Amino acid sequence: MFAMTLALLVAFWELYKAIGPQDGGMMFGVRVLPRANDTAMPHVSTMFSRYGRPEVRGSDKKIWIVVLSGAWFSLRLSLVGFFLGTTIGIGLAVLMARFTTVRRGLLPYLVMSQTVPLIALAPLVVSWGGKLEIGSFVWPRWLSASILGTFLAFFPVAVGTLRGLTSSPLAAVELMSSYAASWRQTLFKLRFPAAVPFMVPALKLGASGAVVGVVVAEISTGLKGGIGRLIIEYAREATGDPAKVFTAVFGAAALGLTMSGLVAFFDLFLMRNRPRETST
Amino acid sequence: MKTLDRVKNIATPFVFGVLFLALWESAVNGFDLKPYFLAAPSKIMEQFLNNTTRIWEATAVSGSNALVGLVIGTILGIAMSFILSRFRFLSQLITPLAISLNAIPIFVLVAVLNNMYSITSEIPRRFMVTLVVYFIVLVNVARGLTQVSSIQVELMRSYAASEFAILRKVRVPNAIPYLFTALKVAAPASVITAFVSEYFGGLQNGLGSRITSNIANSKNAAAWAYVLGACLLGLAFYTVSIILESLTRKGQTK
Amino acid sequence: MSAVVNTSAVEVAGASKIFNEGTANQVDALLDVNLTIAPGEFVSLIGPSGCGKSTLLRLIANLLEPTQGAISVNGKTSAQSRLDQDYGMAFQQAGLFDWRTVSKNIELPLELKGWDKKKRAVRAAQMLELVKLEEFGNMYPWQLSGGMQQRVAIARALAAHPPLLLMDEPFGALDEMTREYMQGELLRICAETSTTVVFVTHSIPEAVYLSNRVVVMSPRPGRILEVIDVNLGSKRSELTRAADGFFRSITSVREALRGTHADHVASTAIRGVEDR
Repeated sequence: MFAMTLALLVAFWELYKAIGPQDGGMMFGVRVLPRANDTAMPHVSTMFSRYGRPEVRGSDKKIWIVVLSGAWFSLRLSLVGFFLGTTIGIGLAVLMARFTTVRRGLLPYLVMSQTVPLIALAPLVVSWGGKLEIGSFVWPRWLSASILGTFLAFFPVAVGTLRGLTSSPLAAVELMSSYAASWRQTLFKLRFPAAVPFMVPALKLGASGAVVGVVVAEISTGLKGGIGRLIIEYAREATGDPAKVFTAVFGAAALGLTMSGLVAFFDLFLMRNRPRETST
Repeated sequence: MKTLDRVKNIATPFVFGVLFLALWESAVNGFDLKPYFLAAPSKIMEQFLNNTTRIWEATAVSGSNALVGLVIGTILGIAMSFILSRFRFLSQLITPLAISLNAIPIFVLVAVLNNMYSITSEIPRRFMVTLVVYFIVLVNVARGLTQVSSIQVELMRSYAASEFAILRKVRVPNAIPYLFTALKVAAPASVITAFVSEYFGGLQNGLGSRITSNIANSKNAAAWAYVLGACLLGLAFYTVSIILESLTRKGQTK
Repeated sequence: MSAVVNTSAVEVAGASKIFNEGTANQVDALLDVNLTIAPGEFVSLIGPSGCGKSTLLRLIANLLEPTQGAISVNGKTSAQSRLDQDYGMAFQQAGLFDWRTVSKNIELPLELKGWDKKKRAVRAAQMLELVKLEEFGNMYPWQLSGGMQQRVAIARALAAHPPLLLMDEPFGALDEMTREYMQGELLRICAETSTTVVFVTHSIPEAVYLSNRVVVMSPRPGRILEVIDVNLGSKRSELTRAADGFFRSITSVREALRGTHADHVASTAIRGVEDR
């Protein structure tokens, strides 16, 4: 089914190329329809064949290797951001579940932060790279990208985990109380396992947040080695080499899919013994 | 007891916020942090008030991109969801696409779009926002149109009601809360996407570009002031979607 | 602890419970309740909705504190009893943890008490035998029927061999035939383990079939109206359900419940109590 969708998309693209205006279509003086010539919209086959050719004329490196290593670089940064964000998010959720005052004070900000473009902080966080020193620790430039990923990942994880931790039915909490269980015991034996179904979608959001954060950071700094920088570079060469930028775009897509695939795999493991939800 | 709880619910975050700002301010002054790291809240406020016109202009640019994309994306998304509810097999094609697009940073397509249009056009950014909003609205509204209680549909069928009547009387009312769920996600998403799109070059008159240029010129406090503007923009969009939702909920209990 | 040897399993002395005292939402759940339960006894609490029977159970369990009066379990305060794990509890919803196997669910109270792995596994297997679910140890709760889940809940409640079992309408969600079967099983299990039981129910026949004594409670504020002795002997079976004594006791309980409406000129049906 998915393959059919992709095939349809390709067909749509080529169809537009065949019948669309070469120089774009104007409406009310604004170009609403994109240019359909080969420079602006290369054939899909050109895009794929581009993978096989070298990156730069005269270089030996095939482009798919370059794109792959760029995606790999960004993937590692995303993973760091994701792990940091998840740890902080879960820790904060536990704190909020334990102390009502903390929950009252922080939760509105957490919820608000999901509606506010935290991305706006990207250039700021990124500018710390290379200029900051704490003791003997010099802030490496790539850490800023991961930190932005952390920012974007930790909010949904915290909110989702908190909802899960407080979702246990009263009867279950009473049961643990009848066992004279401590708060810590109740946390690990009841609240966390009960929270897992809520954490699963939150982790998915966290994963995509980490990727977005890392890619945006790479783009706004041109971080060397990442897929973001490749996209920007290749976009600049689009007039001469139109298919190049697509290779990097597909690379970024692959990055996102890999990240979400990893999380989905982990989710399957977490939910392995749970009753399957029946879909209506 | 209830009013005391309400007071606590409002006062506590307020106190937390004030404490945080105070800590921030004293940390910057106390540790003598370099301005390129963190600017003091007082300086940020100062910059904000000094530059209100320019901040407003930049906000208007980013905001209009977001708004245009939000409106068009919503309309197209709703239209497509009707088609999807009529021709169910289409949803099998589109749903996996929508799910995978969720995982991908699709805003990188702006790089491609910039080539397909001229570099001085706002269209690529609006296109991007439209695309993002479209899928959010599509998935949610389609779900609202199709996941109706089977009892209600059976009742309508027993009245020999046409599919169109079922659509009007059962599916659409069911889908309205789903539309607003979508809007609550799409509104902030539109702002964020409009923002991120500015990082790909092109016209440099939006909030995102302003922030980058201020940082490049080491004017951090000014950059933070623009960030504040961006946050206010995002909040405004979200608040409007909440207000719209409450308008349609008159008389309905949750 | 006092040096006086207390021979009763549960002693409730002048207990009252008021919720939200002094506000507009004040609820007088229980008023001056006195009850003594001997070890090994099976006592049911029955009454209309809102009579406070569940509240009384929770006072004994120390999940709630009495506004007035004192509760002692096994010669200690109810609080100390809870800390010492002197009782097991079963609710209407089996309340098993979805993510644990049946055996691991039974082991839960033992884990919290710090038992080591081997001991826990042995005890869990014993309990499974007791409730006749030996084959189901490695299955998950959602793979079991409602009745089976309740049996696991009972196994869990008895895992640490507490002298007292507190049950809050545990069979309420089951169908009639499963219910009767479970009642028989419960009696067999309690006889084998010599457990004292306090059992809350809505059903008159259930209360009579299971108990040595039935405590009839009044509507809010809950008081004990009457305590009815059920003289059906200790060996009960399906035949008991057809015995004359069974019906006589049911009638006594029903009359005691209806007695609350004796002052009313128009007698209305008792809400919340089954007559079957």
